[in-house]
Amino acid sequence: MSAAVPDLLQLKLVFVTGKGGVGKTTVAAALAQLGAEHGKHVLACEVDAKGDLAALFEAAPTDFVPRQIAPGIASMSMDTEASLREYLKLHLRIPVVGRIGPLAKAFDFVATAAPGVREILTVGKLCYEVRERHYDLVVVDAPASGHIIGQLAAPQAINDLVKVGLIRSQTDWMLEILSDAQKTGLVAVTTPEEMPVNETLELVTRVKDETTVQLSAVVVNRVLPELFGQREEEVFEQLREPEAEAVLSERAGGSVAPVLEAARLAVTLRRTGAGHLQHLQSGLPPDLPVLLLPELFTRTHGVRTTHQMAQALGEELGY
Amino acid sequence: MSPRRIVETSQTIGRLLSAKEIVIACGPGGVGKTTTAAAVGAMAAAEHGGRVLVLTVDPARRLADALGLKGIGNREVRISEDVFKQAGVTPRGELWAAMLDTKQSWDDLIRRHAPDEATREKILANPLYQNIAGRFVQSHDYIAMERLYEIHSEGKYDLIVVDTPPTRNALDFLDAPQRLADFFSSRLLRWLIAPYRSRLVNVATKPFYTVADRILGTQFLADISEFFILFQSMYEGFVTRSEAVTRLLSDRRTTFMVVSTLEATPLREAEFFSTELTARKLHLGAIILNKVLPDYLRDSATARLAQHMADEVETLGQGLTDDDAVAVRVLREVAESFLHFGIVARREAEQQIELKGAPDILVTVPFFDADIFDMEGLIRLGQQVWE
Repeated sequence: MSAAVPDLLQLKLVFVTGKGGVGKTTVAAALAQLGAEHGKHVLACEVDAKGDLAALFEAAPTDFVPRQIAPGIASMSMDTEASLREYLKLHLRIPVVGRIGPLAKAFDFVATAAPGVREILTVGKLCYEVRERHYDLVVVDAPASGHIIGQLAAPQAINDLVKVGLIRSQTDWMLEILSDAQKTGLVAVTTPEEMPVNETLELVTRVKDETTVQLSAVVVNRVLPELFGQREEEVFEQLREPEAEAVLSERAGGSVAPVLEAARLAVTLRRTGAGHLQHLQSGLPPDLPVLLLPELFTRTHGVRTTHQMAQALGEELGY
Repeated sequence: MSPRRIVETSQTIGRLLSAKEIVIACGPGGVGKTTTAAAVGAMAAAEHGGRVLVLTVDPARRLADALGLKGIGNREVRISEDVFKQAGVTPRGELWAAMLDTKQSWDDLIRRHAPDEATREKILANPLYQNIAGRFVQSHDYIAMERLYEIHSEGKYDLIVVDTPPTRNALDFLDAPQRLADFFSSRLLRWLIAPYRSRLVNVATKPFYTVADRILGTQFLADISEFFILFQSMYEGFVTRSEAVTRLLSDRRTTFMVVSTLEATPLREAEFFSTELTARKLHLGAIILNKVLPDYLRDSATARLAQHMADEVETLGQGLTDDDAVAVRVLREVAESFLHFGIVARREAEQQIELKGAPDILVTVPFFDADIFDMEGLIRLGQQVWE
């Protein structure tokens, strides 16, 4: 990585991945929102269609045809069969779509046996949107880190298998877009916990070894606030002494023990997290941006939290 | 003494598993599924005795190291009794573990089903096969269930705890055996193979090949055809096997344990999973909820007290420590932190109440201060789950 890692908002296609449960959909939504706030026309695509992405904008679930879900943001859900139909219509000019009925069925079977087919249709559709410049920025709520490599490596894998034909020429231009560090980037989302951190470190290596895509940033989600510095912690311990605690309870008009206990829990969680964060940072390339997003203590997730996260992300990116 | 009721109402995971041979831990990613599966296995070995196997996908490295599982691959290895002893436990039985190596498992499967050596070698060398086995993701789902069947039928273990791979769709691994069976029985598969076998292409299929040729290129079609022809020779074996795997999953001896946390997204997935299991007439034995925040965070009197503290920190913090200014700052943080975590704890408790389709056993496991990275931690978690 000799050249500086391009800024996230300068890219055209951003895949957001991470271990399940770390909040990659939240980060994808925040990035889309941030892009829109900077005047970009954004397409947010959900690959594992569960409707979570649209829900973060309090919009109804989306389907294959992009629909505006927020100012400046269109959203779609990936559907590989629809993608195949679109592809055939565009590239083969097959007159009657009905005629390819058996093909669509066959596709299902072939996809089961040679599962790269599904991956290529997903990546192909996304690259297509980039190539046609329908949007300024395509943000992908991509599969979990266990699966993203297969997806990003699919064009290369297919290229290795298929030497000639239409598909070959298709994978060539896809690879061109995916390999262009100025256009395409991958964001790995993690939380400051052991497993997600280890998985992220593994992902970083695998992305480098097995794909042509550039890793643009690591986002650490749900970072707990630092309650105390060292001096505060000493004072906190003094407050937890039985005598001090008794006086405090008397003054407050009730036992403060659970309140202090909760703070101790928060401090422990924060400290454990900080340890994992350090481990993460020491294992990453020094020039790779690591962006920290806070734990949000909120009742629900929706437009409001998406805006909060977008703001936090913007601050981390220096906007 | 009044007569005691025989009917057992307060089921526990411990009791549930004493009547099962297979327990499949499933649920969303990031909720401690792997660790929970290992903890349940450790407890079963410690309490029930017999031979217990944990078939795992990807344990945290520190945990794998602590248990002596580093790089074991597909091999089943026994967790040394010393590991238990160090945790202060004398197990009644044996704990074994194996990891799932997808590529290795596929190769084994081919070796088992291939009719002869030549076919076997051809398949192993086919580029399409190599991609399926090594690179792509769905094959993971099938092979996990296949391995389970294989190990179970060997009959070496009294209980097998399976940690399911993180799947794109939580149910993929359940459907995988059936999908594979369907695939091999399909007429379309025979269509695909036909032109390679004979140049006789009938009118109905011709457009299909024309299109396929244009999209895929002839060499790829040839590779596909070869692959399918070779696989065809293993047809019977695969279909029979897939059906057997499906049967095993719905057998009385098998139960499912859905693992989740109370966070919104994982919980929604867990709920979906529970409903689907029931719809498929699979046995949902228990739901385990990890990382549940302590009850005192939801206490409204304490919340009021914390609010009061936040408002009155200036007076509350005087004369208790060697630095009043810092004490005030600390107390403010303490009070606010309680209120923050209280919001989360209340939200999560509400979600637990709303949990639909809950089975007899619903276990909550408290937030542990530290990560679980050794047998002691596993047993500590296991004890929470067990009773």
